[in-house]
Amino acid sequence: MLYGYNGKFIEVDLSNEKISIEKIDEQILREYIGGRALASKILWDRLGNKWEEVDPLGPENLLLFLTGPLTGYFPGARICISGKSPQSNGIVGSTVGGNFAMELRCAGYDGIIVSGEAKKPVYLFIKDDFIEIKDANHIWGKRGIDTIKILINETLKELSNKWPWKGLWKDPGILYIGPAGENKSRIAAVMSKWSHAAGYGGYGGVMGSKKLKAIVVKGSNSLPPVANKEKVLSLIAEVCRVSIQEKDDWRRWGTGFGGYGVGADTSSEPIRNWQEEWHDNKSFGVDKFEERVWIKRYWGDDGCPTTCLKLSAIKDGEFKGAITDNPDYELQAYLGTNLGIFTPEGNVYVASVVDDLGLCGIQGGNVLGFAAELYQRGILTKKDLGIALEWGNPKAFARLAEKIAYRKGIGNILAEGTYRAALKLSKRKKIDLMKYAIQSKGIAIGAHGIRSGLDYPPIIAYACSVQGGDHTSVAGLIREELWKCELSMLFADSGVVCAFNVFKLDWLWDFLEAITGWNITKEEWYEKIAARVLAIQRALLLLGGPDIYWDPRIHDENPERFYEPLPSGPKKGKAADKEDFLKTKSEYYKTLGWDEYGIPTSETLNKLGLKDLDNVLQKIRNKVYSS
Amino acid sequence: MKQIWIARDYSKCSGCRRCEIVCSLKHEGEIWPEASRIRIFMLIPGLEVPHLCVQCPDYPCVEACPTKALSINRETTAVEVDKEKCIACGKCIDACPGKIPHMHPTKKYILICNLCNGDPECVKVCQEGRWNALWLASRPSLSQLSIKLYARTPQEITKDLARNIYGEEFEKGMI
Repeated sequence: MLYGYNGKFIEVDLSNEKISIEKIDEQILREYIGGRALASKILWDRLGNKWEEVDPLGPENLLLFLTGPLTGYFPGARICISGKSPQSNGIVGSTVGGNFAMELRCAGYDGIIVSGEAKKPVYLFIKDDFIEIKDANHIWGKRGIDTIKILINETLKELSNKWPWKGLWKDPGILYIGPAGENKSRIAAVMSKWSHAAGYGGYGGVMGSKKLKAIVVKGSNSLPPVANKEKVLSLIAEVCRVSIQEKDDWRRWGTGFGGYGVGADTSSEPIRNWQEEWHDNKSFGVDKFEERVWIKRYWGDDGCPTTCLKLSAIKDGEFKGAITDNPDYELQAYLGTNLGIFTPEGNVYVASVVDDLGLCGIQGGNVLGFAAELYQRGILTKKDLGIALEWGNPKAFARLAEKIAYRKGIGNILAEGTYRAALKLSKRKKIDLMKYAIQSKGIAIGAHGIRSGLDYPPIIAYACSVQGGDHTSVAGLIREELWKCELSMLFADSGVVCAFNVFKLDWLWDFLEAITGWNITKEEWYEKIAARVLAIQRALLLLGGPDIYWDPRIHDENPERFYEPLPSGPKKGKAADKEDFLKTKSEYYKTLGWDEYGIPTSETLNKLGLKDLDNVLQKIRNKVYSS
Repeated sequence: MKQIWIARDYSKCSGCRRCEIVCSLKHEGEIWPEASRIRIFMLIPGLEVPHLCVQCPDYPCVEACPTKALSINRETTAVEVDKEKCIACGKCIDACPGKIPHMHPTKKYILICNLCNGDPECVKVCQEGRWNALWLASRPSLSQLSIKLYARTPQEITKDLARNIYGEEFEKGMI
């Protein structure tokens, strides 16, 4: 018996309006678990032989919404969204919280595979066995808050009409896109609730390209049965106990605690597009958020004991009406300090606009900072932008975010994300602007710098990660530490669970065994399963296309800025060390069985049972070795 | 036994739904949110509403039941459901001012909170997590009718809650 899974996936072909239910072989599930790992397998199998030609924003791309066997059981349920990324042209596993994953599992499915492109805007409605492609004309063009309100009300009406015997129906799980996704921005997020986002990868733009405005799901069943229920329940109790009793500061202040701390204590927070990484603006401390803008001090998703989210709203003044969660650390940094904004109100306001537009806060904040530095240097003018983009002006940044979401004027270029915008603007301005683009392989870097060496990401964190600038899945192999090990983080993204609740790494394997009954050891995970997935992700990332390719000799590299000495703060003068970088990079490749350019060797692929990947990599080897 | 009542503070509900998890585990043996006797409605994100039986002093649901499947536990004041006698007619839902009873998702009987015989699991996890959205209080006795004010639909509660949490402007034209 297959434990921990429903064993069913919904396949939706939007071009032909065809819906079917697929089963995935148990052996494949065992070898790829779920979430990010399974996404890599599905994408390699189905798109691998034509990968370079597949336009991520075209109908041939697949859009995957996958849970894992731990989803719903491990406290803090998330869903992993993937496909060919319009940012990196590789695969990114992008996860988001909310109640969607739990509803989908209770509806009887482990995931949804979307292909094709609808002729007109649609949304997908799932209620257990009842699945329907529905017209979305009336919500196309709507921003986040309006989209959610309409969808909840409409769904509740429909549920009551179709299944009236039930009594009151509870709200469904919803994933949706805002205008940014509709307009195929490469930095659009897939949104959940009204401020949760799967931002890395740009899958909001993929949803938009398929004219898929939302997915709505209501499940009536229980979670699928597990192999050892007693053990699963005791593990759940332990996660909750540790969160509540031992990690109280974490749950009390959430990731936003770093809003002041990361800048002040570790000199690794982006400030004015990473020109600095240190600040001592006490106006931006967590205490200021707490007393001024938090209207709910604990907010969380299914089963979560930590509830590290905090809900913020501005009730008066010029930013009245703004609502967002926290903002969490990443958004305090990218839509705060990175834009020179140091007031909680200004930060909450910009975050609320970015959320409502369906832009990724990290990618969006990065490109806004990039544009503002070009304005500071006189490279982009008020004429170019239509806005005086002064540091610290929340309204100016919110207006530019709108232009990006609607692709108006300069927004059409910035909607392509920092890397592609830098290429285009360099051409237009006839100067090299790439040095101001703080990204890795088309993906903006998370808000944790490496120059001071005091924060967690290793020196190769972003340069070598198969997920580009992702600050969660950083390139590193310290197996005892989740946040310094790409292979461990791959488990959280495949499980699929919230990594912020993984206070003990062993829990991941304990849960997996108790839920599935499979005895997958840590060694098997690191040496085989995770290594295999990393090899697939790496191969397809290097294969790339159709518009942009990565040469590992050039692009397995930090942004230029990280080699510039920090200009201020207690760590003034510190920068990433080139020699250290090259040494660490070569050790990293070697440990994974990759060659000196980071291409998995034939021998490694054989060992991993990935012989068929060798042909693809031979193409890359030929290209790299011959030039 | 002291008559208990589950007091609720909607503005403090974190939306974690651990109450739904433990309730369904206790009564169904599975993690099964739709079969939970307490349900968290999120008609507007951020405005989570724990919705469960308030034990009205006049028990309109018990009154409306044509088969006497519903009865009052005099010790705990909770409504007890006799699964054998329940014919899933939904008359108790119609009678409840808050539309709180709901049908079991796969079996043919109604779900109503029975206070776990005086030791409710939902309260325990909410207290363990220190969210304090649910806690045990003695059954209000000064004016029994006041209890009934809590028997409102999630829609009605959400509207008031919106005014409290997001402000008056937001409440307008919300649901």
